[in-house]
Amino acid sequence: MGDIKIIKEKCVGCKLCVSQCPFGAISVVEKKAYIMETCTLCGVCVESCKFMAIEFQRDFAENDDAIYYEGIWVYAEHKNDHIANVTLELLGEARQLAKQLGTKVSAILLGNNVGHIAQEIIFYGADNVYVVDDPSLSDFNDESYATIATNLINKYRPEIVLVGATTYGRSLAPRISSRLHTGLTADCTKLEIDKEKRLLLQTRPAFGGNLMATIICPNHKPQMATIRPRVMKAMEPDHTRVGKIIHPAVDIPLVVLTKVLHTVNNLTEMVNLMEAEIIVSAGRGMSDPKNLKLVKELADILGAAVGASRAVVDAGWMEYSHQVGQTGKTVGPKIYFACGISGAVQHLAGMSSSDIIIAINKNPDAPIFKIATFGIVGDVLEILPILTQEFKQRLG
Amino acid sequence: MDIIVCVKQVPGTNEVKMNQETNTIIREGVEAIINPFDTYAVEEGLRIRDKIGGKVTVISMGIPKVSDLLKDTIALGVDDAILLSDRAFAGADSLATAYTLSMGIKKIHDYDLIICGKQATDGDTAQVGPSLAEKLEIPHTTYVRKIEEIKEGMIRCQRLTDDGYEVIEMPLPAVITVVKEINEPRLPSIKGMMKAKKVNVKVWNAQDIHADENMIGLKGSATWVVKTFIPEHNINSEIIDGRPEEQVKTLVDKLLSMQFFVSK
Amino acid sequence: MNYFLSEEQQMIQELAGRIADEKIMPIALEYDEEGKFPYEIVKILAESDLCGVYIAEEYGGLGGGILEMALVVEQLSRACGGIALSFAATGLGTFPIILFGNDKQKQKYLPEIAAGRKLAAFGLTEANAGSDAAGIQTTAISDGDFYVLNGTKQWITNGGEADIYTVVACTDRRKGARGFSAFIIEKDTPGFSFGKKENKMGIRASVTRELVFDNCKIPKENLLSKEGMGFIIAMKTLDRTRPGVAAQAVGIAQGAFDYAIQYARQRVQFGHAISSFQAIQHILADMAIQIEAARSLVYQTCRHIDSGAKEISKESAMCKVFASDTAMKVTTDAVQVLGGYGYMKEYPVEKMMRDAKITQIYEGTNQIQRNVIALELIKEASKVK
Repeated sequence: MGDIKIIKEKCVGCKLCVSQCPFGAISVVEKKAYIMETCTLCGVCVESCKFMAIEFQRDFAENDDAIYYEGIWVYAEHKNDHIANVTLELLGEARQLAKQLGTKVSAILLGNNVGHIAQEIIFYGADNVYVVDDPSLSDFNDESYATIATNLINKYRPEIVLVGATTYGRSLAPRISSRLHTGLTADCTKLEIDKEKRLLLQTRPAFGGNLMATIICPNHKPQMATIRPRVMKAMEPDHTRVGKIIHPAVDIPLVVLTKVLHTVNNLTEMVNLMEAEIIVSAGRGMSDPKNLKLVKELADILGAAVGASRAVVDAGWMEYSHQVGQTGKTVGPKIYFACGISGAVQHLAGMSSSDIIIAINKNPDAPIFKIATFGIVGDVLEILPILTQEFKQRLG
Repeated sequence: MDIIVCVKQVPGTNEVKMNQETNTIIREGVEAIINPFDTYAVEEGLRIRDKIGGKVTVISMGIPKVSDLLKDTIALGVDDAILLSDRAFAGADSLATAYTLSMGIKKIHDYDLIICGKQATDGDTAQVGPSLAEKLEIPHTTYVRKIEEIKEGMIRCQRLTDDGYEVIEMPLPAVITVVKEINEPRLPSIKGMMKAKKVNVKVWNAQDIHADENMIGLKGSATWVVKTFIPEHNINSEIIDGRPEEQVKTLVDKLLSMQFFVSK
Repeated sequence: MNYFLSEEQQMIQELAGRIADEKIMPIALEYDEEGKFPYEIVKILAESDLCGVYIAEEYGGLGGGILEMALVVEQLSRACGGIALSFAATGLGTFPIILFGNDKQKQKYLPEIAAGRKLAAFGLTEANAGSDAAGIQTTAISDGDFYVLNGTKQWITNGGEADIYTVVACTDRRKGARGFSAFIIEKDTPGFSFGKKENKMGIRASVTRELVFDNCKIPKENLLSKEGMGFIIAMKTLDRTRPGVAAQAVGIAQGAFDYAIQYARQRVQFGHAISSFQAIQHILADMAIQIEAARSLVYQTCRHIDSGAKEISKESAMCKVFASDTAMKVTTDAVQVLGGYGYMKEYPVEKMMRDAKITQIYEGTNQIQRNVIALELIKEASKVK
C-alpha cells in the first residue's frame, strides 16, 4: 500500500516485522507478509527486516534552494528580563552543529526593551542576534511573534531553526513552520548532522518514550525543530565573544487579533516544575491527602518543586499543574524523588529523562524500581520524615 | 455556535511496550482508542453547545475503521461526525495532517470554534492544532485550561503557562487546544448509544475535499522517519537495604557525595 | 457464558459496568467508611438514561423490564452494593405505581423517576412488623378529602433522600390482611418527617431511616388502587423486585471473586503464587460455580417474570435465596483467600462480606422465602393427579 511494499521473493515469513510494527499492521499468511490498511507508513518495519524484503520508496527532491539557505537560528525565549535556560542550551547545541556545517549561529529576539539580553546571547554562543524591539511585543503573542519571525526567516533564509519546546515554543514553532510550509519535529532530545546531505538528524521520543525516532526534513527549508529543555548543554559564557546585533527593518503588525489580557502567576507555593533541578513527587502510595505535607516538607528543605502522579491529581489531592506524566508535564530535573509512585508507563514518560531517580515504595515489584537509580523498599510515610530530618541536619 | 472538534485514533498506550531483550514491541492486543486529550476536547465542545446552543461536529483523519470511534462520540451527544479517509492520506506528518483537516473543515464551511486536544499520545507532537489554525488563517491558543467566556464572535480563555496562566481573548473563528484540567468528560447515555448505532458516519476522500495530492499523505509530508530504536536506559539500579534509618543515611550519603546540593 | 442478551440489554449492561468501574470503584471504600450518600453517582445515573430502564417509554423510560433492572443493579453492585441501592431501592418504591397506579399517578411520578430527578422508597417494615407484615400499626384514617397517617416505618432505604414514598398503612383493622392500603406520599408533606440515619454493618453508602407520620394529611388521590389492596400491592411488588436483590447479591459476589482471583495470582508464598495451590484453586472454582449458577437463576427468573407469567412468587423467592446465600459464601471465601489482608479495611473484601449479609435478610428473610417456596411446592404437588 502507498509507497511501501513487500518483496515477496525475499520474504521468508519470519514475522520479525510483525512484532516491530507499532500499529499491528502486518500479518503473515502462508509464510508471506502482508501490509494491511492500518499501516501509517511510519517505516519502522523496513529496518527490522533481515532479508531486505520491505521496500519503502522516498524521493529526495532536487533542491536547488539548498545552497541559498544557510545558518542555524535559535529562537531566544526570555522572561522577566532573563534569557530562558532552554535558549542557552540551544545556543550551546547550535554551536556544535554549526561547527560541523561550517556556518554561523544566529538568534532571533523579540520583545520590548530587550537590547541588553542580546549581548548575553552572544556570550553564550550566537554570532548574530536579530533584535525586534517594540512595546507591542512586550508579552509573548502567537500572532505577532509568528508574523515577525516568519518574515525574518523568509528574508534571511536560515537552513535550520531551533526553538525550545516550552509552552510558548510549542505553540509558536508549528505556526511558523505551517506558514513556511516546512517540516517541524517536536520535542527533540538529540540533534546530529549528516554532512554529506547537509541535513539535521532530529531524534525524539514517541509512544510516550517507549520508542525513539530519528527524523529528517530533506525537501523543505528551513528544517525546524523544538528541543526538549534540560537535555542540551549550554556553553560556559565567553565574555570575550564578539558578534553582531542587528535591528532588521521589519513591519510590526499593527492589527493583532489575539490579545493577552493579563497574566496570573499563582504557582507560588512551589518552584516551576519545568525549571526545577530537584522534584519531589507524590503518588497514590501517600494514602491520604493529609500526608502530602511530608512531601512538601522534603521539597522545602531541598528547595525542590512538588510533582504528582495522575492518580493524585485525579483524586483531587493536588492541582493539575503539578501533574508529571504523559497527560501532564514532561520534566528532566537532576534529581526526581518518586514517593509512593508505582511507575506506570504514562508517568515514566514524563520523568524518565531525570538524571537521578529515587524511588520509595512499599511494593518491591513496582515498575518504578526498574528505572530508579536508587530504590528504597519501605513505607513512604515512614521514610519521608526521616529523610527530611537527615537532609535538614546534613545541609545545615 | 458551530463547533468542530478534531479527534485522532491512537493505539491504547498501555499496550505498546518494549521487550528490551529481544528489541521488539510487545503488543498485547493493540486496542485502538480515541486520543485521551481529544475526549476533553469533545466534552468541552458539548458543554459549550449545551450552554449557549449550536452544533458539535467531530472530524478525524484515519482508516475506515475509525468510523466506530466516531460513533462513540455520537453516543456522547455529538451532532455530526465526519471521517476523512483515503489511501492517499496515509503517512502524513503533522503538516500534511493539518492541511488535510483544513480542507475537510473548509468543506464543512460553517465553523466558529475548532477544538483540538493538546497532543496525541502516539506522535506526541502537539503540532496539528497551531498548524491547522495557520492553514485556516485564523488565530489559535494552546493549552487552554478554562474558557472564561464565549459568545458570538469572541472567546476569552485561560492558557496554562509554566508559572500559572494567562488570559487571552481572540475573535472567532479560532482554534484552541485543550488540556486535561479543563473538564471531566461525560459517559455516554443509553439513548445516545442507540442513536449512534443507527448513524452513518460521513466519509470523505481526497477528491471530496478537493485536496491537492501533493499536499497530503506521504507526498505532502515534509518530515520523514529514517530510523527507530529503543532508548537505552543506562540504569544501574541500586536497591538500598536496611532499616529505614539506615536506608535514609545511605541514600543521603550517596547523594551528597554526588555534590548536587549546596549546604545552606 | 453467553446469556443471549439483546443488543439494547448489552448496551445497558456495558454502560452500567463502565459507571461501576470508572465512577463507583474509586470512591467505594471511602463512602463505606464515612457512610456517605452518593449524590454524584445518582446524577451520573440520571444522565445515562439508566434510571428509567424498567419504566415504560411513554413516561420517558427505556421500556425494559425486570431483566434490564437486574442487569444495572448487578453491574453497579460489583463496585459497591451500597451505592447500587440508591438505584435498586428506587425501583422498589416505584413498582407499586407502575403496577397499580392510575394514569394520573403514573403521569405525575414516573417521568421524574425515569429521568433520575427524583428517587423513590418503599415503606412497609415497622418495629413490630418485619417478617410478620400483617403486624403493621401505621394507620391511615379517612377524613373528608384526605387520609391522615400516623405511625412509624423502620429501616427504610433511601429514607430522607427520596422524594416519592409508597407506604403501606392500615385503613381497616377489622379486615385483617384485607385492611391495608398503599399510598404515595411526597417528601415535605406536613406531618411527615424522618428519623436519624441508621449506623449499619454494611451497605453503608446507602441511607436507611425511619419514616415518621404524625397526623400527616395526604390527598385522597394518592391512594394506590383501592382500599384493602395494600397487602396485594406489597406482595406483587416484592415478587418483582426480589430479583433486583438477587442481582445485587450476584454483583457483590462477582466483585469479591474478581478481587480474590487477582490477589491470588499476585500473592507469593512458599515461592509460588497462591493461585497455584490446589486448596485455593478449589475455593475459587466453587466461588465461580456458585456465582454462575446464581446468575443463571436470576436472569431466567427475570425472563420468566417479563414474559408476563402469572405465577412468579416461587421463582422470585428461589433466586433471591440462592443468590444471597451465594453472596454470603463467596464474600466470606474471598476474605479467606486474602487471609490476614482480607480482614484489613484497607482491602475491599471485608466490606463486600459486610454488604452481602443484608441480602439474606431484607425484602423477605431467606427463612420466609423458604416458607413461601415450600408452600408453593406443596400446592403444586397437591394438583398432581
